[in-house]
Amino acid sequence: MADYKGVLVCGEAIEGKLAGITAEMLGGGRKLADKLGEGLAVVLLGSGVKGLAAEAIACGADKVYAVDDAVLKDYQTDAYVMAMENVVSQVAPRIVLMGQTSMGRDLAPRLAFRLKTALSMDCIELDIDPQSKQLIQTRPVYGGNARAIFTTESLPQMATVRAKAMSPLPRDDSRKGEVVDTTAGVDASKIRAKFVQKVKEEVAGVKLEEAPAVIAGGRGLGGPDGFKQLEELARLLKGAIGATRPAIDNGWVPTSIQVGLTGKIVAPELYIAIALSGSSQHMAGCSGSKTIVAINKDPEANIFREARFGIVADWKQALPPFTKKVQELLKE
Amino acid sequence: MELIVCVKQVPDPEAPPASFKVDTATNKVVPPPGVPPVISTFDETAVEAALKIKDAKGGKITVVSLGNNLVRDVVKKPLAMGADQLILLEDPAYENSDSWSTAYALSMAIKKIGSFDIIFCGRQAADWDSGQVGLGIAELLGIPSVTLAKKVESVDGKVRVERIVPDGFEVIESPTPCLITVTNELGEPRYAPLKGIMKAAKIQPVVWKPQDIGVDPSQIGASGRRTKLVKLFQPVKEGKCEMVEGENAADAAVKLALRLREAKVL
Repeated sequence: MADYKGVLVCGEAIEGKLAGITAEMLGGGRKLADKLGEGLAVVLLGSGVKGLAAEAIACGADKVYAVDDAVLKDYQTDAYVMAMENVVSQVAPRIVLMGQTSMGRDLAPRLAFRLKTALSMDCIELDIDPQSKQLIQTRPVYGGNARAIFTTESLPQMATVRAKAMSPLPRDDSRKGEVVDTTAGVDASKIRAKFVQKVKEEVAGVKLEEAPAVIAGGRGLGGPDGFKQLEELARLLKGAIGATRPAIDNGWVPTSIQVGLTGKIVAPELYIAIALSGSSQHMAGCSGSKTIVAINKDPEANIFREARFGIVADWKQALPPFTKKVQELLKE
Repeated sequence: MELIVCVKQVPDPEAPPASFKVDTATNKVVPPPGVPPVISTFDETAVEAALKIKDAKGGKITVVSLGNNLVRDVVKKPLAMGADQLILLEDPAYENSDSWSTAYALSMAIKKIGSFDIIFCGRQAADWDSGQVGLGIAELLGIPSVTLAKKVESVDGKVRVERIVPDGFEVIESPTPCLITVTNELGEPRYAPLKGIMKAAKIQPVVWKPQDIGVDPSQIGASGRRTKLVKLFQPVKEGKCEMVEGENAADAAVKLALRLREAKVL
C-alpha cells in the first residue's frame, strides 16, 4: 500500500482567478499539514490554469500540480473524476479537500466511490487527532439543526469544505513552492455526460457573496413586489438582496439569490432579515454574518434566536420608516 | 421509459427547530412526538422529475426506498403522485447505514430490477444533508451521472439536463442509462389526487430483504459504514437578541436604525 502523506487541495478558478474557497482551503489545509508535519499541495485542473500556480503558493501551498489540458476546459464529471483519480494515485495524499461548490458537490462523491474511500461533505471544521493522525470532520446535519463529528479510516480521507468556514492566509508573494506539470490522462472517448453550454443568469448590482450588506426577504414579503421594496435599502447600504427557499420556490425572485444550505453562503458585515422565519436551512447560508438584524411580526420566529438586534413589527409598516432613517443617518 | 426513483423517509424537516432533540447518549435524533416522518423534500422533487418524463414519453416509474420501520402511508406517497411500483429495502440490517452502505444496497436492488433508462435521486437528504448516495449508486453501477438538475428532458434518446450553477445553469447531455440528482428549482412536486391515493392504497409494496438482493452482509447497514459518527450534538445558540421597542412599528423601526448607528453597525 502506498504511503499516504500530506494534504491535497483540489483548487478551482473563477474567471481566471483562484476561487475564494480555494484560498480558504489553503489557509485551513496549511494548519492541518503543519499539525501533521507534512506538506500542503494544490491541484489545479482546467485549461490555462497554470498561471494561477504562483497565487496558490502565495496562499500557502508547498506544491502545485498543474493539470492544464483543453479537455478540462469545462467541468465534466467523467473527465474530472479520471484526472483526479490519476492525480491522487500519483500524489497519494493523506487528506483530499474540495470546496462545497457545484464542482465539489458533483466530483467529490463520485471520486470517493471510485477510490473506495469515505468522504464528509460540507465540513465547517477540520482538525487532526494528534494520536491517530486521523482527520476530525465536523459538519452541520439535519438542515443545520445539529452538528456531527466524523472520523474515517480509509485513505485518502476526503472532505468538502463549506465556503467561508476557513480563513485564507495573508497573501505572501515571497513564499516558495514547486510547480509540477501533470498530465490529465483523460480518454476523451470515455466522457459520457457532456457539457453543451452555459447560460448565465446574472443579477444586476453587487454580487451577493461579496456584498458588505445583505437584505434578505422571505415568505412573509408576500410576492415579487415585496422584494422590490427591499431595493432602496440595499442601494443605500451598497448591499445585495437575498431570499429564502420558499420565496424562490414561489418564483418571486431568481434562484441565483437564494441564501441557505442549498443556495449561496454569505457572511456580510450586516445581514438584515425581513419577514423570514430563520429556518435552520436558511441560517446555514448566513449564520457567519457579523451582525444579523431581524424584522418580523412573529415574536416567536426562530430568527430572533439568531439575530443580534430585532424588532417585532409588520415589515410593511416598519420598512419605509427604517429605510428613511437609515438614509438620514448615512447622510450625516 | 423505465424510470427509477430512490426516496428516503426522514423526520419532517419543517418541524419547528425548537422541537429538534438529540439523544447524546446514542448519538441519534429523537423524532419530535406527534410529527410523522416525510419523504425527504428533494426526493419528492425527484419523483416529480420522473413524472414529468412519464407525462411526456410514457413509461413506468419504480420507487425504491431503504430503511427500517418505514411508514406505509409515507413511503406510498410517490405512488399516489403517479408512480407505478414500490420496492422497499426494509430490514433491521439496513439500519444506521451511511452513504456507502446505502448506495451499495440500493445499487444491488437496482441491479435486481434490471433494465432502466434513468434513475432519479434528490440532491441530498434532509437528515444528513450529504448528497453522496446518488453519485455513489451511479459509480457502483458504472453509469454516467448529472447532479443538481432543475430541468430534465428526454431528447433523441439522450437525456438533456439543466444543471444549476451559482450564476445560472449548464446544459448537459447524457446517454442512457444514467442517474440524475434533482434540486428544488425543478418546481413544486404535484399534489397526490384523491384517485391516486386510492390507487396507492391498493398497491402492495414489494419488500426485499438483504438476501433477496444478494448483498454482502458485511457491507450493509452499520457494518458497511465507512464513516464513524463520533458525536452528534446541537450547536449552542447565543440567543442574545436585543429587542428594540417602540410605540408602534414605525417608531420601533426608527429606533432600530438609531440603535444600529449607535452600535456602529450602520
